[in-house]
Amino acid sequence: MTISATDPNGPLYYNGWYHLFYQYNPDSAIWGNITWAHAISKDLIHWLHLPFAMVPDQWYDINGVWTGSATILPDGRIMMIYTGDTYDVVQVQCLAYPANLSDPLLLKWVKDPSNPVLFPPPGIGPKDFRDPTTAWLSPDGDKWRITIGSKIGKTGISLNYETKDFIKYDLMDGFLHQVPGTGMWECVDFYPVSMVGQNGLDTSVNGPGIKHVLKASLDDDKNDYYALGTYDPIKNKWTPDDPELDVGIGLRYDYGKYYASKTFYDQHKKRRILWGWIRETDAESLDLLKGWAGVQSIPRSIVFDKKTGNNILQWPVEEVESLRSSSVEFKDVTLVPGSIIPLEVHSPSQADIVVSFDIDKKTIEEAANMSYDCSKSGGAVNRGPLGPFGIIVLGDETLSELTPIYFYIAKAYNGKPDTHFCADELRSSKASDVEKIVYGSTVPVVEGEKYTIRSLVDHSIVESFAQGGRSVITSRIYPTKAINDAARIFLFNNATKAKVTASIKIWKMDTADIHPFPLDQI
Amino acid sequence: MLRKTEKMKIQLISLIMVFALHTMASQNLIETTCKSTPNYHLCATTLKASPGSSTADVADLGLIMVAAVKAKSREALSTIHKLRRRRQPKLSQALQWCAEVYKAVFEGDVAVAEQALRGNPKFAETAMAGVALEADTCEDAFEGVVVPPPALSGVNKVVHELALVARAIIRNLL
Repeated sequence: MTISATDPNGPLYYNGWYHLFYQYNPDSAIWGNITWAHAISKDLIHWLHLPFAMVPDQWYDINGVWTGSATILPDGRIMMIYTGDTYDVVQVQCLAYPANLSDPLLLKWVKDPSNPVLFPPPGIGPKDFRDPTTAWLSPDGDKWRITIGSKIGKTGISLNYETKDFIKYDLMDGFLHQVPGTGMWECVDFYPVSMVGQNGLDTSVNGPGIKHVLKASLDDDKNDYYALGTYDPIKNKWTPDDPELDVGIGLRYDYGKYYASKTFYDQHKKRRILWGWIRETDAESLDLLKGWAGVQSIPRSIVFDKKTGNNILQWPVEEVESLRSSSVEFKDVTLVPGSIIPLEVHSPSQADIVVSFDIDKKTIEEAANMSYDCSKSGGAVNRGPLGPFGIIVLGDETLSELTPIYFYIAKAYNGKPDTHFCADELRSSKASDVEKIVYGSTVPVVEGEKYTIRSLVDHSIVESFAQGGRSVITSRIYPTKAINDAARIFLFNNATKAKVTASIKIWKMDTADIHPFPLDQI
Repeated sequence: MLRKTEKMKIQLISLIMVFALHTMASQNLIETTCKSTPNYHLCATTLKASPGSSTADVADLGLIMVAAVKAKSREALSTIHKLRRRRQPKLSQALQWCAEVYKAVFEGDVAVAEQALRGNPKFAETAMAGVALEADTCEDAFEGVVVPPPALSGVNKVVHELALVARAIIRNLL
């Protein structure tokens, strides 16, 4: 049986609570019964489920209350714009808002009587018009702007709209951006990041020292792509810093299973926070997900990577660390070529692993040129002079099941090392009906840095962050043997030449359900 | 020179007077505090019925009232439970809503108020204001379908009133 619970919607912080809405289909036997489920939290980790915020009860959303975004106005009002799928299967945009802003739980939501506020414009297909963004202020500060993803032919585009009241909209000339060949842009997200500061930025902020991230979920390949660029508020256009790494053809938020993600500005702690849904969840796994992370993937904070200047860093929100309990640490472990070392840990299926690896520079310099590609590599069994080395999670004692998360240093023809970061699911499970792929990509390693991984393991989900969050891979693992206390964690070095030194710390992660609401956050 | 027994009498009378003054002061505190709420009678009877109230400070009085909201919410949940067992289709959707609302009142608002009252009373005040609004949504959930069951209506009303009284008491701490 499939319970459909997907797409994080309208995340916001308001009056002491973090709110998250998500697409929920209580009975997948009835197609189109998509509601907005509602949950609140004080710490992004422990969630309290509230009654449904919105159900498909109007002609304009009877076939689904789909993805939407919240805009908090300076006067404190909340505007929620969302896509409704109408009775005749047309995608329209609709406005909703809390019935009572004095209710801190924001239980009741009202749909504006003017709905729908936007129909697909001429030239745009009725099924290619969805997922409106959070609004940002125009340069004069008197109008609000949103963007909505779509496509024309095979070109992914993002439409520009302006509004004063969130009810009447003007379609503006020209798109915020477009990229040929990328197909339909779903769940478009558009937000500023600071090149100099530590904090996130409100969606309306612009000026020197700021770049804008444009992100799209590509319907055609079900991955989330982003690019850094510059936003011109006069022309209302965004231009990528590197056209070769444009939206949909360049960087991804996550090289594993991660889709329909959305950010919001957390004004409480001044962070830009990313929510993602881990795809293909079945009912069984939904229970497992509650291991300690709750219903969603761990929210990540996003900042600009000042060291490389051309990507963002994602990192699990610091509140996750409150679930850490006991830990074990192993420092300066020597891993000669071909070694694999089991680590004695409690709770190997609910763990927060932080590991760093060191390799002798000379070995890298002396190694021959070779190319690599995680997805074509055949995984961690295939050895090179400088890789693979890393950790194994959710492995059983005999390694009949194992998931290596590793680095592989290759060398381009110009002699420069390219570091690849991969998650090898080829032997992750003895079950035969499970997808088995090696996920990954290259990850920039700055001069002087060690090779670092942080991996959050939660039974069937592993989220791994390389180089402080420069590259992230979310893995769905379905082990049959390597479960609960039968799972094992290993350090390994399957390179042929490189001697690797590893230092690793592993925390046991408590189950979020066990802790009552951490109201000391107040 | 006072004799021993007379000394003791004076000490005893002094003690009784201090105690009486203290109790009068507390009763005055309850009265003053309840005068600042929208429902003096409900406030005073609820507080006086609580064993600790005679030696309570304002924050304690606030907590006593929050506890009263909690208890009444529990009663609401139990009333909803009984009504659901009757399995009347016309009531079921509204009762579902009410059950979820009161669960949220419990785990969200009351929990916050209990924890935050001393350290961060603003959150406690907001939470109690929220409870009043949320109890109303339970009442409204029946609108257009059927008259709300009187037992539930009664409890909704009391929760609403208690929450507003609690909010007003907490306001004194801001």
